[in-house]
Amino acid sequence: MPKDGSVVRLDGQGKPLWLVLELTYRCPLKCPWCSNPVDYARDGEAELSTAEWKRVMREGRELGALQLGFTGGEPLLRDDLEELVADASALGYYTNLITSGVGLTENRLRALKAAGLNQIQLSLQSSDRELTDTLVGARAFDLKLKVAHQIKAQGFPMVLNVPVFRQNIGQVADILALAEDIGVDYLEFANIQYYNWAMVNRDELLPTREQIAAAEREVQAARERLGDRMTIYFVIPDYYEGRPKACMNGWGSIHLTIAPDGAAMPCQEARIIQGLDFPTVRDKSLAWLWNESPTFEKFRGDAWMSPTCRSCDEKEKDFGGCRCQAFLMTGDAANTDPACARSPHHHLIGEAIARAHAPGRKVQPLVMRNDGNSRRLARGGQGGCGSGTGCGSGTARMEPDHV
Amino acid sequence: MTDITAPSPPAAGERYVLNPMYLFRWEPTQDAHVLLYPEGIVKLNQTAGDIIARCDGRRTVADLVGELQQRYPGDDVRVAEGVYKFLEVFRAKGWIRRQA
Repeated sequence: MPKDGSVVRLDGQGKPLWLVLELTYRCPLKCPWCSNPVDYARDGEAELSTAEWKRVMREGRELGALQLGFTGGEPLLRDDLEELVADASALGYYTNLITSGVGLTENRLRALKAAGLNQIQLSLQSSDRELTDTLVGARAFDLKLKVAHQIKAQGFPMVLNVPVFRQNIGQVADILALAEDIGVDYLEFANIQYYNWAMVNRDELLPTREQIAAAEREVQAARERLGDRMTIYFVIPDYYEGRPKACMNGWGSIHLTIAPDGAAMPCQEARIIQGLDFPTVRDKSLAWLWNESPTFEKFRGDAWMSPTCRSCDEKEKDFGGCRCQAFLMTGDAANTDPACARSPHHHLIGEAIARAHAPGRKVQPLVMRNDGNSRRLARGGQGGCGSGTGCGSGTARMEPDHV
Repeated sequence: MTDITAPSPPAAGERYVLNPMYLFRWEPTQDAHVLLYPEGIVKLNQTAGDIIARCDGRRTVADLVGELQQRYPGDDVRVAEGVYKFLEVFRAKGWIRRQA
């Protein structure tokens, strides 16, 4: 996910500068805002082998990729992670490990350091032990703090990534204090984006405009206090912005994500768009997938745009927003992102906000990301909600995951 | 600038060093020097690359100016002003730090 303030607006000159490898969808945590597909547990192709990932990385470098992200699921569940990092370093990538921290031991940290890993992004969900453990469905809080200190002790640059939603948005000050104590270099408050599991749980997770404004004030005060000791990002929630995000710097512009089964995607969510074909690196070369695949070509340039976008003076700035959000909320990925105030579907955003904060709304248990819920959601065919109405209405039959 | 913690502009006797958070190297596919950092890329133009390559904690700002003046002969005053301005911008961006 591109970060507000960290993505240099740069012309990739047609190169996939950022290569993201989703090594696995397996994960010890059950976060109900997970960006993995809701049907991740359905029977599918096996994860790529070590040799296959190495080929992907080699071909990516040949295409001009510079940044490499190892993510998942939980990438530490791959016991070849150290081998892949070493290979990536030798190829000349800047290597990022994006992890929950579960499975990160002193020994593995040392091995990753020796393999040339450049930085670690650790997720933290709350400054409160009990809330963290409940939200992620595992006893993770103490472990995460321990791992955070070990990461710094090994001398890694470190990003602490905090997904922001209604349950933790009041803890910004406490989380800042924790981050300061750990000595993180970058603290990222990332308002979650509503796709996949987060879309299923949107009514329960979406904060109010007032909550976001208060959080942003805390961040601003901290920036002034800390100066350049810590860089603090606050990723804006597009539901409240009126302007769409320049998603992925444009479809097929600089981002290339490879799913665990080798499917090539312009972003980590793109598979939710129905009607698009996602060939894998088992079938095709990375060069073909990036340069010639109809899926990557589909939303490049502006010929695909709706008249709303094509005639817009900001189309070079935001590229019409997010294709996945357009599909999820309007049923057509070529529509203007409804987060844009100029979209004829913008009312859907307002309605979603109103529904999430309706007085007297019955609170539903969070649908945890786990295999059982994934199979149920897959059977229900719910990859989000194409109709733009009633999102979350299908969740009442979900079993909550008891911690 | 109202920030009272903002450091003073670069001085001739000072030494600068790359922020260890950043990786600086030549990237053949971009035909340019790049700075790489957690999930970020900066492509540098030739002058910026020339300056950052010399922020090694050993050279003083005066040394750096002298080297750049040799590399870009013609207008020594303009080159010197350019180096000072670049150093100030790079420091403000957090790419380089003043050597203690």
